[in-house]
Amino acid sequence: MTPLLSVQGITKRYGAHIGCADVSFNLYPGEVMGIVGESGSGKSTLLNCMAGHLTPDAGQVVFDTRTDGPRDTITMSEPERRMLGRTDWAFVHQHARDGLRMGVSAGGNVGERLMAVGERHYGDIRDKATDWLGRVEIDASRVDDRPTTFSGGMQQRLQIARNLVTGPRLVFMDEPTGGLDVSVQARLLDLLRGLVRDMGLSAIIVTHDLAVVRLLADRLMVMKSGRVIEAGLTDQVLDDPQHAYSQLLVSSVLQV
Amino acid sequence: MTEYNFAYLDEQTKRMIRRAILKGLAIPGYQVPFASREMPMPYGWGTGGVQVSAAVLTPKDTFKVIDQGADDTTNAVSIRTFFQRTAGVATTTATSDATVIQTRHRIPEEPLHEGQILVYQVPIPEPLRFLEPRESETRKMHSLEEYGLMHVKLYEDISRHGHIATSYAYPVKVEGRYVMDPSPIPKFDNPKLGDMAAIQLFGAGREQRIYALPPYTQVVSLDFEDHPFEASKADHPCGMCGATDSYLDELIIDDLGGRMFVCSDTDYCEARQAAGHKGKDAA
Repeated sequence: MTPLLSVQGITKRYGAHIGCADVSFNLYPGEVMGIVGESGSGKSTLLNCMAGHLTPDAGQVVFDTRTDGPRDTITMSEPERRMLGRTDWAFVHQHARDGLRMGVSAGGNVGERLMAVGERHYGDIRDKATDWLGRVEIDASRVDDRPTTFSGGMQQRLQIARNLVTGPRLVFMDEPTGGLDVSVQARLLDLLRGLVRDMGLSAIIVTHDLAVVRLLADRLMVMKSGRVIEAGLTDQVLDDPQHAYSQLLVSSVLQV
Repeated sequence: MTEYNFAYLDEQTKRMIRRAILKGLAIPGYQVPFASREMPMPYGWGTGGVQVSAAVLTPKDTFKVIDQGADDTTNAVSIRTFFQRTAGVATTTATSDATVIQTRHRIPEEPLHEGQILVYQVPIPEPLRFLEPRESETRKMHSLEEYGLMHVKLYEDISRHGHIATSYAYPVKVEGRYVMDPSPIPKFDNPKLGDMAAIQLFGAGREQRIYALPPYTQVVSLDFEDHPFEASKADHPCGMCGATDSYLDELIIDDLGGRMFVCSDTDYCEARQAAGHKGKDAA
């Protein structure tokens, strides 16, 4: 089976400081990969390198494109990469404000990706937007309201709808539940889990919340100081951590 | 008038502007940066248009200036006088006699012919400005032809008003490539932009951009399949000349709700009246 995303030797330096070093893994279709680690461990740098927001200093990110098969997204041309970014890829930001247009209605936010890939029928765009608002549990009557009038959890769900409307195959998520209170977090996780299963999405989730990866991720990588120190099945890593830092991380979770 | 160089600007400046114009004509709809000069009038009064006019005027030209279609309003009169004094060119109000027409917010009703140049004054050349404030990003969007955002604006219009409410500065796509702001002309004038016999030049002084449409260029107004573009105007005949096909201004004539509609293109209206056409409000 061809991996959907094959990452080989990704290295990003900020001057003398290491962002992430020599990270390699394969992600297969339908698989959810979690990346955990403390702040500054290079999780977000790695995610941004893979999603094309940063250019790594070394390494390859090979994506199995629909038309041409496996391609290295780092050496492909910018128009092609940006096209991937609005069709087969999706990026969910930690802060919904970074991923939404706050001055544009919810329907316009969801419709933007459709219009960006050439949809030109207002009725169809609006129907799809309304449908997607329903799928992320936002009432259809809010379709013409601006995201500024939404709560934090609703904004995050709107961002997810806006990203998934073009039926991407790979979703990058950067702390999707950060900054939300626990009950809203639980609802969002439930929703995400449903969407990932129903649409057969592959996803890479960066988080420092071990509960999130326990629920969503099939596999897990633990990062520290820019390097992957442990990788394996989620349950295996969380239940039987081998590396000293993983053990520390798992034992640091507060029990209620 | 020996104190000024012909048409106010020095020859090197005109040369620089002409190069920008030529580049603009070579890439229809592309915004060419140029080193805009201080002009003896405030920004917003047509400093871009004046510089373009100065660069294309020759001593043999006949010059016409219109402001919202009218030849006799402040902006039109002052710019016409400016070039009378600094270039000594002949001026006219008749559209067909003019070789260079500088305009603010209108295209003359009378079809232009080959050999004429229409110069627009442009306040904001970037059609994506209010959707994406970063100039670095909008330039990238132009270069990569990523124009989905422009339709988001039209989508918002329909979702809020039930129809495309943008009535002026209506975005167009030029030769299937660049999305362009046609300057704040009413969308009634949009169909005239395409396939025009005259050269169309757009100058934005404060924003330091020049763009252009060569003759007979394909220009398409953006729209949705189920909400097609419509060139709208007030649904009345002209009160003075009775024309039903021209763009109209609405004038309030008393404090009892009285109003009349007249052609915004004064030359067109006067020519029709001289030919014997009469509207219901004509004296």
